[in-house]
Amino acid sequence: MFAGLLRELLQSLRAALEALGAYSLFGARLFMELPRALLRFDLIVKQMHNAGALSLVIIMLSGLFVGMVLGLQGFDLLERFGSEDSLGTAAALGLLKELGPVVTALLFAGRAGTALASELGLMRATDQLAAMEMMAVDPVRRVVMPRFVGGALSMPLLAAIFSMIGIFGAQLIGVQLMGVDPGQFWSQMRAAVELGDVMEGVVKSCVFGVACSLIAVYEGYHSLPTAEGVGRATTRTVVISSVVVLLLDYMLTAVML
Amino acid sequence: MRQTRAIELGTGLFVLLGFAALFFLVTQITNREFGLGDGGYRLSASFEQVGGLKAGAPVSMSGVTIGRVEAIEYDFDEYEARVTMRIDHRFDRIPEDSDAGIFTAGLLGGQYVGIGPGGSETFLAEGDQMQFTQSAVVLEDLISKFLFSKATEESAGKASEEAPQ
Repeated sequence: MFAGLLRELLQSLRAALEALGAYSLFGARLFMELPRALLRFDLIVKQMHNAGALSLVIIMLSGLFVGMVLGLQGFDLLERFGSEDSLGTAAALGLLKELGPVVTALLFAGRAGTALASELGLMRATDQLAAMEMMAVDPVRRVVMPRFVGGALSMPLLAAIFSMIGIFGAQLIGVQLMGVDPGQFWSQMRAAVELGDVMEGVVKSCVFGVACSLIAVYEGYHSLPTAEGVGRATTRTVVISSVVVLLLDYMLTAVML
Repeated sequence: MRQTRAIELGTGLFVLLGFAALFFLVTQITNREFGLGDGGYRLSASFEQVGGLKAGAPVSMSGVTIGRVEAIEYDFDEYEARVTMRIDHRFDRIPEDSDAGIFTAGLLGGQYVGIGPGGSETFLAEGDQMQFTQSAVVLEDLISKFLFSKATEESAGKASEEAPQ
């Protein structure tokens, strides 16, 4: 029984390594296709519409509420130390460095990642990808690449919008409702936040964008050609994206702090 | 055709909004007062003790930020800390006999360099060194001095009380 357990463990370890290798190879292939894909910018624009523009409403709404909660919680905490004037700093740093990129990436995986994965999975299940190959059209180049690039480009923009709306949300609660002085709110924020803090968020959201898009197109492209396979691909997209985003977030924070 | 144009319009709006947000974050939330380039001219000053001064700390005159600390190094010729500051071009009329001191903003705030204007008619320029400096006050030193003086005072008081007997 013990030997069986060990064998199972080794097998799952091997499967994990295989998955990592397959992801790396797929990522490398997409990277090689990048210059050519940028020539078909019309396809990328269409995918940016799907992944970015259509995610705007959920991103803005979530950003507003996350910012408002930050304003409420931050005020409650800072008031105990009599330093509610630095609410702006706390909200801005929290949003720019952590909440903006991470929450946007999680929402992005749920909203855009699943759409990408199920679309590609359905194309696979209905033999559309095979049909393209028959017509000597490379489906990676024609279908996968624009989706990957569009998603990766959309993510930093979405995160920036999220952070901006969030800061206004915190301002709405802190200044309008709780009575923090608006001058203190903005000036303390400006004095404490550095360009590097904004850049940290931008770098994070770029990395998350690439990771989430890669996971979504990989899972969709490699899904089993069945109804169950498509469903599993979308689930895996969300699960893997979330774990990878949080893992990467820790590593990036440790490197950049 | 109309659908494609609607898609392009939506994407355009999205990209515009994204970059506007990025621009807002960079310009309105951060403390960038001097633009991206490292314009301005450099001054240096030697301090016996810089305390907790860091590169990037503000340099101010009468509370107005006129520049930033660029580097802090140890000077083995003078056995002092040499602080290099970058001052914005707009503030190019600092008298050459001005003095520089290291102060703390508030009780727990960060440290900054404060410049007090002198009376000279000639002004400091690129690469000049400021002659008059005042070191940072180290709080622990101050407390130990205070306690020490208190202790000597007390023992002196006791001695004078005991003396008449």
